Amino acid sequence: MRLQFILGEVVNGLRRNSTMALSVVLVTFVSLTFVGAAALIQMQIDQLKDDWYGKVEISIFLCPENSRNERCAEGAVTADQEESIRGVLEDGALQDLVQEVFYESREEAYEKFVANDEDGIWSSLTPDQMQPSFRVKLSDPEQFQVVADATEGLPGVDVVQDQREIFSELFRFLNAATLIAAALAGVMLLAAMLLITTTIRLSALSRRRETQIMRMVGSSRSLIQMPFMLEGAVAATAGALLAVGGLYFGVRYLVEDWLRGSVTWVQYIGAQDVWAVAPWLMVIAVGLAAIASLVTLGRYTRA
Amino acid sequence: MIRLDNVTKVYKRGARPALDGVSVEIERGDFVFLVGSSGSGKSTFLKLVLREERPTGGDVYVAGRHLNKLSAWRVPHLRREIGAVFQDFRLLPNKTVYQNVAFALQVIGKNRHHIQSTVPEMLELVGLSGKERRMPHELSGGEQQRVAIARAFVNHPPILLCDEPTGNLDPGTSVGIMRLLDRINRTGTTVLMATHDDEIVDQMRKRVIELKGGQLVRDQDRGVYGLERV
Repeated sequence: MRLQFILGEVVNGLRRNSTMALSVVLVTFVSLTFVGAAALIQMQIDQLKDDWYGKVEISIFLCPENSRNERCAEGAVTADQEESIRGVLEDGALQDLVQEVFYESREEAYEKFVANDEDGIWSSLTPDQMQPSFRVKLSDPEQFQVVADATEGLPGVDVVQDQREIFSELFRFLNAATLIAAALAGVMLLAAMLLITTTIRLSALSRRRETQIMRMVGSSRSLIQMPFMLEGAVAATAGALLAVGGLYFGVRYLVEDWLRGSVTWVQYIGAQDVWAVAPWLMVIAVGLAAIASLVTLGRYTRA
Repeated sequence: MIRLDNVTKVYKRGARPALDGVSVEIERGDFVFLVGSSGSGKSTFLKLVLREERPTGGDVYVAGRHLNKLSAWRVPHLRREIGAVFQDFRLLPNKTVYQNVAFALQVIGKNRHHIQSTVPEMLELVGLSGKERRMPHELSGGEQQRVAIARAFVNHPPILLCDEPTGNLDPGTSVGIMRLLDRINRTGTTVLMATHDDEIVDQMRKRVIELKGGQLVRDQDRGVYGLERV
């Protein structure tokens, strides 16, 4: 009986206030789409970091012949110097940070270079002109600076290069995009909450007679307030569902079909990531409605 | 059934008290008129009994409960023991007579079976059999008040509070309503009725409690509306 009564009241309330309910649905839809987009961008960043940082390494280029770099004034790196650099990497204080060390000799560098040079533009180069290097894989890529500081300035070292620098600009851009999406989401969420508050208030006012009688005959406060709360929650949840749908189609058609087809060297997020975000969007929607109910209902349907 | 011990109610700090040191006891099954001019404290008295307001000083006991100490979530249980009838009927305009009465049972969680058997009984008691499907605006004022009384009494509360129930009705119709309230009183229900209607009070010869400026000035068995008439 109670459940039937509550559901009946919810349907009535939504129908009577249909334009307000619709606006709640739309505002939560837009705001939660921004929230979801921000979350998905962050997931994409994490995925790229996992993917790329695992591959990147530090390159410690060693002095070649006739270098213009002052550090290499003494000429090409000697075998002794190479040994001591390797010693610093493998046995010294850096031991824990370094996962693996490859040595790339002049000849190997030359071969790699030639293999990539399909047009033959660089065919006049000789192995002597190439630079030998240590390729260092770190156990924690974030610890780049420590390794760089320790090896830069060792005799025989020309330049230490972190490949991560190539990506950092991209990540900075994506982080900024996340921030913008999150900021917009914040504003929209606030708007959604105010709108839900207004909707509940209107609904409560338009049914003041009923609530007055309910109080008078002794129905419990929860039964009086439940229909209004549910109204807000239903509208907000509908908005959340639309947001999930929007994100799903966005990822499905923009990322999976379009980006994945045209820019192939990147690991993208997929529809399954939208499903991971979806429950949180629902939680936010219901939480939003709950907060709005709490600040409104105490005043309009007090016992 | 209802007891006020030296009750004072001040709405605004520094203002004249709406009730000032009122002590009164109403027994189970009593029929009591609460009289006094506007602003004498009648409404405040009823609000304290319904616990819509709390006393500033003194103690209020209703149906075995000490209302000063009653927590907010127990208030609905108190209200289920008090039926309330008002001057303006307070019916739901978009519900039929039957639905209006049934509403009071629905919202306290009574089951369908109970509602289906109780509501017609109650409509018969108030003399509205056959008008179950009418809407409130299709009824006369007296009939609307009968619906309101049916709604207030459908849960058989031990106390019935009436705030000027005949205030909007002509004298002939009022007599009918009073007969109905008297009948309800004879079932053992305590009836407390605030009124301005001197004719009715004089006719019924019930206990009269008179308030003036928030103070109890008269508590008389088988009384009349104004002392000067005696």
